[in-house]
Amino acid sequence: MVYKEYETVIGLEIHCELATKTKIFCSCPTTFGAKENENVCPVCLGMPGTLPVLNKSVVDFAVRVGIALNCEIANYSKMDRKNYFYPDLPKAYQISQYEQPICQNGYLDIEDEQGNTKRIGITRIHIEEDAGKLIHSYRSTLLDNNRCGVPLIEIVTEPDMRSAFEAEAFARKVRSIIQATKSSDCKMQEGSIRFDVNLSIMPKGSDTFGTRTEMKNLNSFRSLIRAIGYESRRQEDVLNDGGEIYQETRRWDDTKGMSITMRSKEDAHDYRYFPDPDLVPIVLTDEYIQNMKDTLPELPDAKLARYVNDLSLTEYDAKQITLDPEVCEFFEEASKSADAKTCANFIIGDIFALIKNSEEGFSAVKFTAKQLADLINLVADNTISLSASKKVLAEMFETGEEAKVLVDKLGLAQISDTDAIESLVIETIKNNPKSVEDFKAGKTKAVGFIVGQVMKASKGKANPKVVNELVDKALKSI
Amino acid sequence: MQPYEMTVAQLKNAIKNKELSCVDAVNSYIDRINDKDALVNAYLTKCFDSALDNAKISDEKISKGEELNYLQGVPYSLKDNICTEGIATTCSSKLLDGFKPTYSAHVYEKLQDAGAILLGKVDMDEFAMGSTCENSAYGKVRNPFDLQRVPGGSSGGSAASVAAQTSSFSLGSDTGGSVRTPASYCSLTAIKPTYGAVSRYGLIAYASSLDQIGPVCRDITDAAMIMNIIAGNDKKDSTSLDISHPDYTSFLTEGIKGLKIGVDYESVATGLDEEVKQIYLNTIETFRSLGAEIIDVSFKMQKYAVPVYYLVACSEASSNLARFDGIRYGVREYGETLEEVITNSRTKGFGGEVKNRIMLGTYALSAGYYDMYYNQALKVRRLIYEDFMNTLSECDVFLCPTTPDPAYKIGEKNDDPMSLYLADIFTVTANLTGTPAAAFPAGFTRAGLPVGMQLSAKSLREDQLIKAIYNFQLATNYHTIKAEL
Repeated sequence: MVYKEYETVIGLEIHCELATKTKIFCSCPTTFGAKENENVCPVCLGMPGTLPVLNKSVVDFAVRVGIALNCEIANYSKMDRKNYFYPDLPKAYQISQYEQPICQNGYLDIEDEQGNTKRIGITRIHIEEDAGKLIHSYRSTLLDNNRCGVPLIEIVTEPDMRSAFEAEAFARKVRSIIQATKSSDCKMQEGSIRFDVNLSIMPKGSDTFGTRTEMKNLNSFRSLIRAIGYESRRQEDVLNDGGEIYQETRRWDDTKGMSITMRSKEDAHDYRYFPDPDLVPIVLTDEYIQNMKDTLPELPDAKLARYVNDLSLTEYDAKQITLDPEVCEFFEEASKSADAKTCANFIIGDIFALIKNSEEGFSAVKFTAKQLADLINLVADNTISLSASKKVLAEMFETGEEAKVLVDKLGLAQISDTDAIESLVIETIKNNPKSVEDFKAGKTKAVGFIVGQVMKASKGKANPKVVNELVDKALKSI
Repeated sequence: MQPYEMTVAQLKNAIKNKELSCVDAVNSYIDRINDKDALVNAYLTKCFDSALDNAKISDEKISKGEELNYLQGVPYSLKDNICTEGIATTCSSKLLDGFKPTYSAHVYEKLQDAGAILLGKVDMDEFAMGSTCENSAYGKVRNPFDLQRVPGGSSGGSAASVAAQTSSFSLGSDTGGSVRTPASYCSLTAIKPTYGAVSRYGLIAYASSLDQIGPVCRDITDAAMIMNIIAGNDKKDSTSLDISHPDYTSFLTEGIKGLKIGVDYESVATGLDEEVKQIYLNTIETFRSLGAEIIDVSFKMQKYAVPVYYLVACSEASSNLARFDGIRYGVREYGETLEEVITNSRTKGFGGEVKNRIMLGTYALSAGYYDMYYNQALKVRRLIYEDFMNTLSECDVFLCPTTPDPAYKIGEKNDDPMSLYLADIFTVTANLTGTPAAAFPAGFTRAGLPVGMQLSAKSLREDQLIKAIYNFQLATNYHTIKAEL
């Protein structure tokens, strides 16, 4: 039997919690980690008679993301009700946007596996409220309503991605853009950004999409990649066995590494969307939209170009830095008072290695950007050697102490005093006549050996540049 | 004159002039309720203890010579779909039996701030669905003018309590005529304000785009006074108009010479009860004799108002009432699964009419029918609005009867719910268009049943309604005739 080669077709729905201080329709705080049912009031609990009032910041944040993702911003949009019964949904409808979302027709350029630019269409971005959380235990199910009414945006893409690589690249870039607009912190571990994947497969070269499935509950890039891999293989297996793909919603189980059917198309809800009569349409003037455009923070792509063109960073380094706005901010602050390229090297090479195993990511860095700049400048003015600086950095990471203090504490200050080094050189040459002979016999390797011995004798504190010069001079004069 | 016989204006004056203490005023009403409420069944919850406490506090204020609030010491009742913190609010539904909100409706807070004293909560059609008050889960309210007849609905308890003089005034809610119909059946004056003039916060929604709270009163002066308290912007209601409201009592002025009253006699008279038709004609003549200009206008879209109303109202209701699942509050029925709990709670908790409307609305919104029903209704709603604005462009106010018939006998329409729906023909337009309308007593049938007329105006032109009705009441005495109990 000859198996066909398939191509995967992927569209994403990205839910992202907005960084407002209060909920979307009431003044309850949105703080993460509050005690169960602490951040609630009659409005977000959907108590009879209460009414929603739209939080204006939600509109601001959504518009910013829309602009950053090249969307058209609607002058007129409205809120709709999505009706379905579920205990985590107190009103039995979710207030969302259906027919007239606040942003439409955007796009984002990513790089595919071959390094080519690929444009991914963004169908729409709409605003909506989150539901509560069910906590299942052995005998009962409890309800935590803290998340009820937490503001979300949902970004819906066109089915333009063709691999897990592209989906990941898109998801990561969207995340970095949202973070740059400061509309959301996009903390994966707090669930403030989550993905749903719409996936189908079709024979390579075909232009007719297959039946798609929707996978929910992906809250890390890793699960996104794994789920796409699993689901495309599952669909291939079904088709190769002569089976048929059913339109259905599947839930990704990250522990088991597989997706399972949640509900089929037949069980799909009829959400009976209709305009929410409790809310008035969102009317945005051209001036407002222009003002949002004008005040949008610099986005990752623009930053990248600036780092490469103005700060002479390599494209690779610039990309690494611009992926995370927190890193950007740190880098920009450090490079104000130290050489930008060196700053980038330290951040990407050393700091990234130090935070590799930390859950907090870049937030684990205890010292400030200014402290890093000070350290770099200690190398630049020959106070310490480059290798000594790595030791200092590791210590700074642990303690957050100033570089200068640590240099003293660890005794890493470099000797650049020519007289002191010269006496060490003379001493070393005297003790190594064999190497001197080798040098005379034309073996240049001997120079390195002598230098090494001098460094050793100085306990690594001698300025290697000075040592090199003096050894060279001394050997040539013998 | 007993305090319970007084209008709000008279009570206010008597209290202000220290001819009457607040405690005496409240006690007069408590005695009256104890004496007569069993006949009309208006009250669901009585708050006599808190009413007397509040009356004492008011009297202390008076004795200290402090400045009195606008409605200091005036006893009143509230429809049971208006949330009152710590006081049962049931919407006359079994499903909300014992439900005590932890928050208050905006209008209730305003009335409390104004010093008015809540006597209790009054019965209604379940979730405000009905026009006879027969759809309550808690017994049947009776019309004080004829105990065998309905008081009208859905604010039937409000009208019955004011007409039985067991409250000085009441607040009802009006989604398709629910303060105007019972006011007309009970010889009272009621205003359905412009949509957005009064905050809906704390009003348990039936159909959000149509609901408006309005006063049910003994005369237009009282209604204007109550409007002064309950109207105004509320940040907790997005649909609340962000404007300052006028002093509604400033429109209680004599003289309506030149006021243009629009009349569409041809279409309105079709299907009218003969006695109602005669009273309609008399009303036109009274206005004419007062110097008003009677203008023939044509409101062609009126015939579509009832079907559009039921589609819009039921669609919104199907969503608004979905939250009543027995999970968080109200009465929960037993079930093996979550779905069973919800199904059983709703099956046993809701009455027949509520289920009818939820089903109708769910159907109208469902995939495949949305465009045919709900969306089509929205389009026609727009056309009705345009046609009604056209009609009102030729006149200041539009006059028609509130209902085609006087109050029905209890149970009379049990087998013919459709005819009840059709009887909403004159009232639903004001809700669909968001315009203000007021009902006022205009006469009695030979059998002694009250008949009310209705005036409509353009948005925010309550002034014209108040002025016209005030002059009508200066010239007539229908509003002063009390039910004999």
